[in-house]
Amino acid sequence: MRSNVSSSGFERFEQSDTSNDVLKTLQDGSRIAVIGAGPAGSMFSYFALSMAETIGLDVNVDIFEPRRFCHRGPAGCNHCGGIVSESLVQRLAIEGIRLPDDIVQRGIESYTLHMDVGDVRIATPLQEKRIAAIYRGEGPRNSELIDTHSFDGYLLGLAEEKGANVIPQLVTKVNREDDRMIIGCADQTSGSYELVVVAAGVNSRLLEMLEAESLGFARPDRTKTFICEFNLGRDVIQETFGPSMHVFLLDIPRLEFAALIPKGDYVTLCMLGDDIDEDLMGRFFASPEVRNCFPGGEIPKHACHCFPRINVRPSHPVFGDRLVMIGDSGATRLFKDGIGAAYRTAKAAAKTVVFHGVDAETLEQNYAPMCRRIGRDNLVGKFVFNIAGLVQKARFARRGILRMTANEQQSEGNRRMSGVLWDLFSGSASYTNVFIRTLSPAYIAGLMWNLVVANLPGSDARTPSVTGTGKHHVQH
Amino acid sequence: MARLGKKFDQGEVIFRQGEKGDCMFVIQQGQVEATSEAGGKEVRLRTMGPNEFFGEMALFEKVARTATIRAIEPTHLLTIDKRNLLEGIHEDPSLAFRILQTMSHRIRDLTERLAKYEETSSTP
Repeated sequence: MRSNVSSSGFERFEQSDTSNDVLKTLQDGSRIAVIGAGPAGSMFSYFALSMAETIGLDVNVDIFEPRRFCHRGPAGCNHCGGIVSESLVQRLAIEGIRLPDDIVQRGIESYTLHMDVGDVRIATPLQEKRIAAIYRGEGPRNSELIDTHSFDGYLLGLAEEKGANVIPQLVTKVNREDDRMIIGCADQTSGSYELVVVAAGVNSRLLEMLEAESLGFARPDRTKTFICEFNLGRDVIQETFGPSMHVFLLDIPRLEFAALIPKGDYVTLCMLGDDIDEDLMGRFFASPEVRNCFPGGEIPKHACHCFPRINVRPSHPVFGDRLVMIGDSGATRLFKDGIGAAYRTAKAAAKTVVFHGVDAETLEQNYAPMCRRIGRDNLVGKFVFNIAGLVQKARFARRGILRMTANEQQSEGNRRMSGVLWDLFSGSASYTNVFIRTLSPAYIAGLMWNLVVANLPGSDARTPSVTGTGKHHVQH
Repeated sequence: MARLGKKFDQGEVIFRQGEKGDCMFVIQQGQVEATSEAGGKEVRLRTMGPNEFFGEMALFEKVARTATIRAIEPTHLLTIDKRNLLEGIHEDPSLAFRILQTMSHRIRDLTERLAKYEETSSTP
């Protein structure tokens, strides 16, 4: 076989190298390198080893992860809001992956929408805690030693139980030599593998290296977000936030979405938008809707913060010969349910490499469609967020939405607006599904009626108020 | 520390035989028992614990619940929506693998119990 050395795995093999089917599939003794032990990397390892076991295939999985999830603060954190969506909690349960009590910081059973025209609590119809607030690491910087643990550490433990080997090294190089992939680490060690799975997130330097050295590979487009933690204490959080995630629809330019997520002793603030900066943060913290969420209307000092970047457009391509990008390194959902997208891409990649093969053509046929589906749904998501942006600017529209949602929450009938908002905030349904539901004549008629009634002179909805929470009263 | 799902007290019935159902349940914590009533007599079918599921037959067949499920200790259950499950299986058929495994196990268990029953009832 002719030696073929290239800088990465994105360039296709020569035809003579891939014509042999044995080279295209994993065999007994094949070695898989997984770069990154976030949810995507650990779930890929877990599913690949489970599936290989069912067909009697003996493969070795090495997970490269320098981070230790048993640490509090940045050393153990993967910088994320920390929500496991309703749909993912259910799918993991079906898979046999139960989130233990010491991983779940708080079970969320409702969303409270804050707008300048009032607040409304949107409860799940089943009154059941099916959304998990978690920490990716062991907790915020300088937090007390607590009896809870890292979500990423838990998933990594599941992968290890299946037989994955964790190597605490930073991967700095991915090369291809003939029909093998070579992984180079920061400590100058290297290893040879039949398949490399990149699950290094979106903030990794490895993606920059692959983009710089590979013809045709473009890493994901990114935008800066802001995440911080407020230490309020368990009792105060229970009293002021309860099992509810608080989301904000405010007329602040460049702010797409902001949420306060109650956890154990802390509340996590997550702000998404167009390159979050000090000015945007200042306007957000100055708004009465935000201040009134905190005891005494005062924003406390945050215990730790970060400005992680998120993937807003998938990398391209998401695969090469013996190389596959999953989770944030490949394709993820716009603004929502990143851990859910990590699960979907990790499992699709695991199925492809175990049952079909590891060459570019096989990955194109079996893995890429999942990423394209996510990408197409994100386009619809962009449109939906643009509409939400228009609502942010139109007070009369906010009044109508508030009235319609509040009335639905107080009755047993159809919850069209509540369902749309729930799925939009929680990421439980695809953006396409959410958008299609807004086209239903009943939804449109209901919205029109509420827009008219809510904006009539003397209407209750013209007075800022609270609906459903019964805790705060917002004054403007 | 927090627990997902909905809490049921000891002795509380989750659903009764003959009721319509459109969801299944996964046990987060605790134990439940499944009983079936035939000829005025209640028969205990099995007990189930954490990570096990029940109520799946109602999602695949439009039939009433075939057993009564009762919590035998304080129990937390996670509800699995029919829509979420079937959409998930449509996107990823392997999602049904564990359900098939469990149903296969239950058929084997029932076959063994039926064989024992036949053997006992045919013994003079």
